[in-house]
Amino acid sequence: MAVTESSNTETHELEADAVQAASRRGVLIALPSWVYLTVFFAVPLVIVLVYSFATRSSTGLTRLTGWNLDSYRRLFDPLVGEIAFRSLVLAVATTVICLAVSYPFAYYIATRGAKWRNLLIVLVLIPFWSNFLVRTYAWRIILGSEGPLARITESLGMEPVRLLFTNSAILIGLVYGYLPFMVLPLYAALERMDWSLVEAARDLYADGWTAFRKVTWPLSRPGVIAGSILVFIPSLGAYVTPALLGGARTTLLGDYIVSQFLAARNQPFGSALSVAVMSIMLVAVIVYFRSGAKNL
Amino acid sequence: MTVAAGIRPKSPIERLLAANSWLVYAFFYAPIMLLIALSFNANENVSVWTGVSTRWYGEMFQNDDVMRALRTSLIVAAISTIVSTVLGTAAAIALERFRFRGQRVYDGLVYLPIIIPDVTMAVMMLLFFAQSFNIIDGIFGFKPLFGIGTISLSHIAFNISFVAVVVRARLAQLDASLEEAAADLYATPWQAFRYVTLPLIMPGVAGGALLALTLSLDDVVVTSFVAGPGATTLPVYVFGLVRRGVTPLINAVSTVMLAASMALVLISLFFQRGTGTVATKEEEPIEET
Repeated sequence: MAVTESSNTETHELEADAVQAASRRGVLIALPSWVYLTVFFAVPLVIVLVYSFATRSSTGLTRLTGWNLDSYRRLFDPLVGEIAFRSLVLAVATTVICLAVSYPFAYYIATRGAKWRNLLIVLVLIPFWSNFLVRTYAWRIILGSEGPLARITESLGMEPVRLLFTNSAILIGLVYGYLPFMVLPLYAALERMDWSLVEAARDLYADGWTAFRKVTWPLSRPGVIAGSILVFIPSLGAYVTPALLGGARTTLLGDYIVSQFLAARNQPFGSALSVAVMSIMLVAVIVYFRSGAKNL
Repeated sequence: MTVAAGIRPKSPIERLLAANSWLVYAFFYAPIMLLIALSFNANENVSVWTGVSTRWYGEMFQNDDVMRALRTSLIVAAISTIVSTVLGTAAAIALERFRFRGQRVYDGLVYLPIIIPDVTMAVMMLLFFAQSFNIIDGIFGFKPLFGIGTISLSHIAFNISFVAVVVRARLAQLDASLEEAAADLYATPWQAFRYVTLPLIMPGVAGGALLALTLSLDDVVVTSFVAGPGATTLPVYVFGLVRRGVTPLINAVSTVMLAASMALVLISLFFQRGTGTVATKEEEPIEET
């Protein structure tokens, strides 16, 4: 576009040439990353799809013959259903808790003066950028059988609380890990909101709650949806958190998929699981774009 | 801008909001502070405090495995950051400033790696490398090894997209007429890019590069799938140790990793100074989508 106008031509023919030249240049600039992502992303994606229809030999090798749907049929196993259900419940719970905590938090930050606002958001950025593994590891110490939580509850005369290797531990870890992912888009939505609209609502005799419900909340919805997606997707596929804070009976989809490759050596089934998880993500993202389009 | 138009100062709701915020900050920082404090604990047993000591930091620097993993991490991070910053920036320019056939497909291809969960990406890369190494073995009679090469290639694959999104957000805010003005003044497309566009998008490029660097230094899942016997990164090595239990050595390594992350935050803030934007705002991938 920039190039088209700048050529400032007298005839349409020259203009068309310029458009074509610009289009060629665009393709040329895109080409290296296009080729890279095709080879190292699109092709691997297709390979996973292909593997999900393959058969596993008795020795754990994958045979790329005898295509079948066995791996997909196994997705309906009660065991898989149980793991998927647990993952889904934890992912939804993580998203809901993050949203409930982050909304008033982001609202508070967004309504401070500019100087305070920047400082407060930097304090959110630090955990956001900090190493996820390390932050999860900290909870392994806190929740451990001799950790601070058990000590404190014991010294208070209660039964010592030992949460490590339970679903609660995973939930705490997920909320802690992904909370900044919810805060940042919410803050971005609230911060750029036109607050005079809220004032207008108040001038028209709306009470605080009504103004919030009718003005602030709808305007911040893109942030709510973006944050929910950003928390829900990684929670559903979480691997590090259940591996560090969960136990043998708290398997989630993420570590279940990993175990298919590193322990059980059932690549076709692991691939089918990956495809299933990926499909859920895609649906979630499509829902996001649909509702985002309505709001923006 | 009118601040807090909807709420009155010092109202009960306001107090409640403030209390919630300080609790969230405590929640964010208490575990981090605890970890840092414990890394200076002299005692072998993490849960028994005996005194302040830098003993574990000494042991960390003497530990060959840790140092080797750190070296691998730094090499991989450097390679993947440089390559993905160049490719991702080019991708952002192509998507934001040009129109060409197949652009929608390309657009999707650039965004997909962000949406796909770690575990799936890991599975994809593992099967891809295993399959292509078999093919290479069949044709050339030798089998490449998993290691720094496979880790770097995988990191580039997910980093390109994050760089592209960050740079694109920056480009979208820029006035395209500046580039047109350069072209009107007989600048070649390259000159217009080099002297007009690039300086203007530099904060975005730096932000994208820092994000790529952080993601590369943080990744556990994808790396653990494509790492070889001879080469693991620091997070993967630490992950292996952590699964076996809590040790003071891990606390020291973790603290160093935290310090590195915080240094990166400060650097990114520094890059955004003078551009008139708040650190988070335009640089988050969230913004664009």
